Amino acid sequence: MNSRSLLLSPNPNSLKSRFTKGLLRALSIINKHRQQPRSSREIRRRHRLIKAAAYGSMASSVGNRRAWSRALLWKIRNQTRKGYAPTRNIGSSTRQLSMKKRICDLQKGNNSKDRVEVGGLGQVDKLRRLVPGGQVMDTCSLLEETAHYMKCLATQVKVMTRIVEVYNIP
Amino acid sequence: MSGRTTRASQPTEDEIKELILKLQALLPQLNHRPNTKASASTILEETCSYIKRLHKEVGDLSQRLSQLLHDSAEFVEVDEELITRLLSNIN
Repeated sequence: MNSRSLLLSPNPNSLKSRFTKGLLRALSIINKHRQQPRSSREIRRRHRLIKAAAYGSMASSVGNRRAWSRALLWKIRNQTRKGYAPTRNIGSSTRQLSMKKRICDLQKGNNSKDRVEVGGLGQVDKLRRLVPGGQVMDTCSLLEETAHYMKCLATQVKVMTRIVEVYNIP
Repeated sequence: MSGRTTRASQPTEDEIKELILKLQALLPQLNHRPNTKASASTILEETCSYIKRLHKEVGDLSQRLSQLLHDSAEFVEVDEELITRLLSNIN
């Protein structure tokens, strides 16, 4: 399958293609809005926007099929909303309450068994913090989501590296 | 698998071990000797550091891209040809 994809044009519906398209579109929008005094503050701001665009297009390409992409999309949408709503509205605070409840329930139910099986609760906790939405997943789901998340991150890095190569022409 | 039919059921040790082994297959560092079994905590540790490394790479690449946008006068229009050219060299 790999040698074929080198010769033929890439599948337009593949995750890679959707992600590339989405990211390039976001980059051209970000580029259109750049301001003329090119300060370092502007570069830092663009850096944050591009990073958000990268994770956002990746999560959009995966869609709602995965818990981690749903969590990431929710987080990014909340971040963009922050600019318009300085005080927390009722919607986001109730969602945070229900997430806290789920974390407590998980901790009550899963502790001793997980400790024995996965060789140290510390490792699983670290993983929970790294994978979007990991705090509210049970251990099995967390491990499955981690595998998919890792694959998508690797694709993201490959595509972004390629974009940098293409635009690095002086 | 019968162990996962109900939401309330506790995952079995085997299921978790199987999922962790699947993670091992995805980790580039641990794949040099694919037949050796690494311990569960090693795999989890490698997974965490791999994900952290990927996060850092995305951050560095974003920084690089913001520099490139800063430097280049114009941005090429997004079209199918560009995307094909971009993706044709990635395996």
